[in-house]
Amino acid sequence: MMNLSKWKVLLVVLATIFGALFTIPNLLPPDARDQLPGFLPKKALNLGLDLQGGSYLLYSVDTQALRVERLNNLTEDVRKTLTDEQLAFTDLGQVDGGLSVRITDPGQVNAAQNLLRNSLGAPLAGAPGGRDVTVTSQPDQRLRIAFAPEAFDADASRAVEQSIEIIRRRIDQLGTREPNIVRQGKDRIVIEAAGESDPEKLKSVVGQTAKLTFQMVDESVPLQEAAQGRIPPGSELLPATDGYSPVYLVKKRAEVTGEMLVDAQARFDQQTGRPVVTFRFNGQGARRFGDISSQNIGHRFAIVLDKKIISAPVIQSAITGGSGQITGNFTEESANELAILLRAGALPAPLKVEEQRTVGAELGADAVKAGAISGVVGLAGVIVFMIGMYGWLFGGISLLGLIVNGLMIVAFMSLTQATLTLPGIAGLILTLAVAVDANVLIYERMRDELRAGRSVLSAMDAGFSRAMGTIMDANITHLLSALILFQFGAGPVKGFAWTLSIGVFTTVFSAVLVTQILLAWWFRATRPKTLPIA
Amino acid sequence: MKHWPFVKILPTKTHFGFVRLGKYFGALSVLLMVGSLAVTLLPFKPPCFGMACGIDFKGGTVLEITTAPQPVDIGRVRAAMHGMNLGDVQVQGFGGPSSAVVKFQTPEDVSASQTVDEVKAKIGQAVSPVKFVRTDVVGPKVSDELLTKGLMALGGAILLMLVYIWFRFELQFGLGAVAALFHDIILTFGLISVLRIEFNLTAVAALLTIIGYSMNDTVVVFDRLRENLRKYKRMPLKEVIDLSLNETLTRTIVTSFTGLLALAALAVFGGPTLWGLSVVMLFGILVGTYSSIYIAAPIILLWGAGRGDDEAEVLKPAKARP
Repeated sequence: MMNLSKWKVLLVVLATIFGALFTIPNLLPPDARDQLPGFLPKKALNLGLDLQGGSYLLYSVDTQALRVERLNNLTEDVRKTLTDEQLAFTDLGQVDGGLSVRITDPGQVNAAQNLLRNSLGAPLAGAPGGRDVTVTSQPDQRLRIAFAPEAFDADASRAVEQSIEIIRRRIDQLGTREPNIVRQGKDRIVIEAAGESDPEKLKSVVGQTAKLTFQMVDESVPLQEAAQGRIPPGSELLPATDGYSPVYLVKKRAEVTGEMLVDAQARFDQQTGRPVVTFRFNGQGARRFGDISSQNIGHRFAIVLDKKIISAPVIQSAITGGSGQITGNFTEESANELAILLRAGALPAPLKVEEQRTVGAELGADAVKAGAISGVVGLAGVIVFMIGMYGWLFGGISLLGLIVNGLMIVAFMSLTQATLTLPGIAGLILTLAVAVDANVLIYERMRDELRAGRSVLSAMDAGFSRAMGTIMDANITHLLSALILFQFGAGPVKGFAWTLSIGVFTTVFSAVLVTQILLAWWFRATRPKTLPIA
Repeated sequence: MKHWPFVKILPTKTHFGFVRLGKYFGALSVLLMVGSLAVTLLPFKPPCFGMACGIDFKGGTVLEITTAPQPVDIGRVRAAMHGMNLGDVQVQGFGGPSSAVVKFQTPEDVSASQTVDEVKAKIGQAVSPVKFVRTDVVGPKVSDELLTKGLMALGGAILLMLVYIWFRFELQFGLGAVAALFHDIILTFGLISVLRIEFNLTAVAALLTIIGYSMNDTVVVFDRLRENLRKYKRMPLKEVIDLSLNETLTRTIVTSFTGLLALAALAVFGGPTLWGLSVVMLFGILVGTYSSIYIAAPIILLWGAGRGDDEAEVLKPAKARP
């Protein structure tokens, strides 16, 4: 132990400098941090949402709804294909996640199967010759038409990707601080928005499917009769928020959809001064809208958002310019929100909030303060105790080890930008408090060896080398449990595990090297006859 | 000062007969474990059994509200939420007089995130001005996953420790360490149930940390025990265990004490969020220290231990037995 190699000293010096350099930004206020010269590190600890305030939202993409929609579309495709080729059929319906149809003429079953096989679906990616729709014949002149499972999976996966893209576009337009949007697992999306943000606003912008359709109002049946259940086929009752009528009877067929929009803006109506949303169609949309409006002058159409009617105006004249405005029951804010949603586009499938964690910035600041106070009190207690127990010299050495250890942990956390959470602060304090264990093991071992009659030098040597094995064993147990915690933990708990894991390495380093070097220096300088702790 | 540093006050060599008392403490521990298991597991109702379930594991919503500087009127908050078709509504003071937490369950077929908005609006009308400083919503799918993950982590950690101890020491030691480990975990579960500390992710984190510390303590004792078994080959096992425990006693006390100091500070000054975590770990360190002295080491007497080079000899009679 007493023959210190130069590299050990160098390593400790470098580690201390590294620790100090990367810790400094944490002690400076943010503006002073930015003014540091370019070669110095500027990154402070990355505080978790529970410390700086913010929202964590976990959404799942409702892939089941996507499946239902695809099946519905497929049903209509089958109906249209068979009707166009004049193949008579009955019993078209959904069975067990697929479709079943009975071909009336036994002689045409094969023809129908071939026809459907060739005209439905699209080639399957990654499987040459495969198609995403399978058509199999079944007894009793029936055909079963189903999506290949891979097709559904690919679909769902694409929907998640698209959703992320659309969410990003929506949030970008909100103008809040850049949130973190990532995919998690197969069908989940995590949104983390730091700082003072309004989670309700965020949720309402992210969570709406925002599927916009223009549908004609069905005026063939009076609304009262429809409300009593006399609904013509091909029509449906939808709730309305326009303030005139609670429900309207509308045709199911969507004449124009939100996909045909190229722009939407929140404006104020020039005559009434109320907030409105103006929009512009692309070429196809403009043509369709022009045709429909010119054919239906004097009739009502409904502007439907996510199965809710936001406005149902009467068509006054043909609208051929390809633009228009929605005069819903808007506030300035909701008009703005709708414009954002329409510009960013509709989500391919509904999103569901699976988990939300929101912490106000004040609460986070309180938590930081509480953590800091308990850290100062706890560590001061540990230091006083160690100096009391082992004296200025040995207690002081463990204190220096502790300082190097603390610097290194903070530096590593700042450098890697690992998230520091509130439980992480607890982990940090606990790690430092128990880091002196290594010193205690070494000191106690030295006392044992002295007691066994060894000289000071050999007692220090033996104490040191014998304690090493135990220190390693003891720290590996910590590391193992921290790694497990890291593996399974989420959010704050992961931060706790990360702090503990870093702490294990820095503790072994500082306890072993720092303690060794300081003790060796002390021994060389004073050549003691006995140890102050014996 | 003559007695300073204070470590000199501690006798250089203690002669406590730990093993002699092992029987009694063993019996006490078994009793405590049975009691802990009873309060933890009863009523036998998943997911949290006898423990106070946090929303991490059962799903639901927690709101933390503050009406600072005025004190919060808990009665009015409760009344505001009346008749909203929510399950298991709890409103409690939290931290200070102007803060409270509101917990509830949303019926399965209703959107939890929409319900939160409605509840917030209702509370906003009842007590004003009010600030919602924390909103946690955990859906049923996520809570199931978190519970599975949490239990897997606990199981995985115990298994890993077993493997490590097995690898590092002999089987006889490994069994002692595992006995101590189960002892610590079960008693800690008992504490969580009795003090009604919320069983959530943070509690699992605390338990995992306790596993680490419990093993740490045990490993230090076992290291010395193994060394002494080789050193004093003729000394009876019982005495070697006592000797090793006495030799490591100062270290055990000092290290536990520094850990306790820091955790006590966290429990007192760390605020309500860290209170549960620190109390559980405080208890864990106490129990872990106790168990490495009175459980892990003495229990080895039940099955004996191999002694370095003599191992073959020790095992021979056992094999020769019919």
